[in-house]
Amino acid sequence: MITDAAALAVTRAVRAERLRIVATLTRITGDWNLAEDCFQDAIERALDRWATDGVPDNPAAWITTAARNRALDVLRRRQTEHDKLEKVHTLAKLEESADRDSEAEQYGDDQLRLLFMCCHPALPLPGRVALTLKTVTGLSTREVARAFLVSEATMSQRLLRVRNKITNAGISFRTPPAHRLAERTAGVLSVVYLLFNEGYAATEGEPFRDELSLEAIRLADLLTELLPLDDEVHSLRALLCFQNARRAARVDADGELVTMEEQDRARWDTVQIASGLDSLILARAIGGSPGYYRLQAEIAALHATALDAASTDWGGIVAHFDALIDLHSSPVIALNRAIAVGFRDGPDAGLALLADLEADGDLESYPLLPAIRADFLRRANRPEEATAAYRQAISAASTEAERRLLLRKLHEVAPLD
Amino acid sequence: MFVVGDPDHTQEDAAAAPDLEEWFSSVKPTGKYLQGVRLQEVEDATTIRVRSGQLLITDGPFTESKEWIAGFAILDCADLDEAIEIAARNPMAYEGRLELRPIHSMGGPDD
Repeated sequence: MITDAAALAVTRAVRAERLRIVATLTRITGDWNLAEDCFQDAIERALDRWATDGVPDNPAAWITTAARNRALDVLRRRQTEHDKLEKVHTLAKLEESADRDSEAEQYGDDQLRLLFMCCHPALPLPGRVALTLKTVTGLSTREVARAFLVSEATMSQRLLRVRNKITNAGISFRTPPAHRLAERTAGVLSVVYLLFNEGYAATEGEPFRDELSLEAIRLADLLTELLPLDDEVHSLRALLCFQNARRAARVDADGELVTMEEQDRARWDTVQIASGLDSLILARAIGGSPGYYRLQAEIAALHATALDAASTDWGGIVAHFDALIDLHSSPVIALNRAIAVGFRDGPDAGLALLADLEADGDLESYPLLPAIRADFLRRANRPEEATAAYRQAISAASTEAERRLLLRKLHEVAPLD
Repeated sequence: MFVVGDPDHTQEDAAAAPDLEEWFSSVKPTGKYLQGVRLQEVEDATTIRVRSGQLLITDGPFTESKEWIAGFAILDCADLDEAIEIAARNPMAYEGRLELRPIHSMGGPDD
């Protein structure tokens, strides 16, 4: 029997300890699938045991011990005579790892090794990002699927294929050699960015999972230490700072979502904005033609330093979006460019671009499209069409908070509803 | 490691290709190069199948494509990254392509 208390304690322990346990076991055993399986096994045991015996004082330590003991059992029972010496060595290291203090020092390195393994260029890019979100951050398959605009079944298959390739192709748990470090970075950065976004607008439960975004910023900080001469790393950090600076202003006193246009900019975190500007200045100084994250950071900087929506440099933002599309064309970037054009040239220009995008069909499963169209229709003073679009957006909204925001907007254009 | 002929490269790429003998002399002493063969031209390939009990023999390679298998080498590497580093120094990485495929754990006569 699984009680709510046990389930909640497991959830918390998993959030806090998953990465540490999986990374440590992977390093010691050299077998990532074994590490994952042992961790999963420990979670199942915890649910079972805690429901009857009660939750232990230190749930995370309990799960760590259970996972390590499981790994010891599995390795001892393995029948292969192959690499017997290595096996003895691994078992000894596993026994030693019970000393959590000595493991703590290795944690940062382990985390990076795991990131680089999950982001290995021999893996398909969508698989890399998905796997890191699943393994390193412990997001559910459903949440990872949403981040990629694909179904949960598709994502399960993708994760399975990537895991199999890591095992079969011999992708090791290690930091890439210095001369390969830069080319391994792109995948890690996209992972960190997606992680941040997942925390900024999460799928289930509360709308903002602060810890995910903070974890992403922490990873970006770590990457700036590891790759101090990579301008994209600094640019990503800048971008995350600018976005995170708006966090407090994104909800009002009643906990309701507030759009960027209507946010109280006095509540934006100026310390974080300044920190983001520092990183952006560093990235510019390192030089090279602006990459994917630099252009996005430049856009975010224009928002972060504008007094209000009306006085924002929309022309500059559109220009950066144009450069971004030249570099990396994607339906979501095209959609954001359409929004900026709508602010620069008026809602009719924005609606015309949206119609083009809808005709392309790439954004069919993107839930924000009807909401954006509804906003343009409202600004264009076309209340009947705006009402219909808001209704469509409300049925497509993926969180309760988004749904309520859209309902308020609907009542602005259709007050009798 | 499959060595693949691929016309899709520039003269600059070909000019930048390292010397094959240098590759051999750097890889062989490490013991990581076990064996390799270079194949005759793809025009000399014969493809056979048995279907419904019938032997079918056709002229040419098994696949119609502008790339062709030119040979292979068996490398003994600790992991994929090591194989990538060795392959990246082979001239055919510049003038063709190299496909790295792990050997199946049940794939040899010794298993």
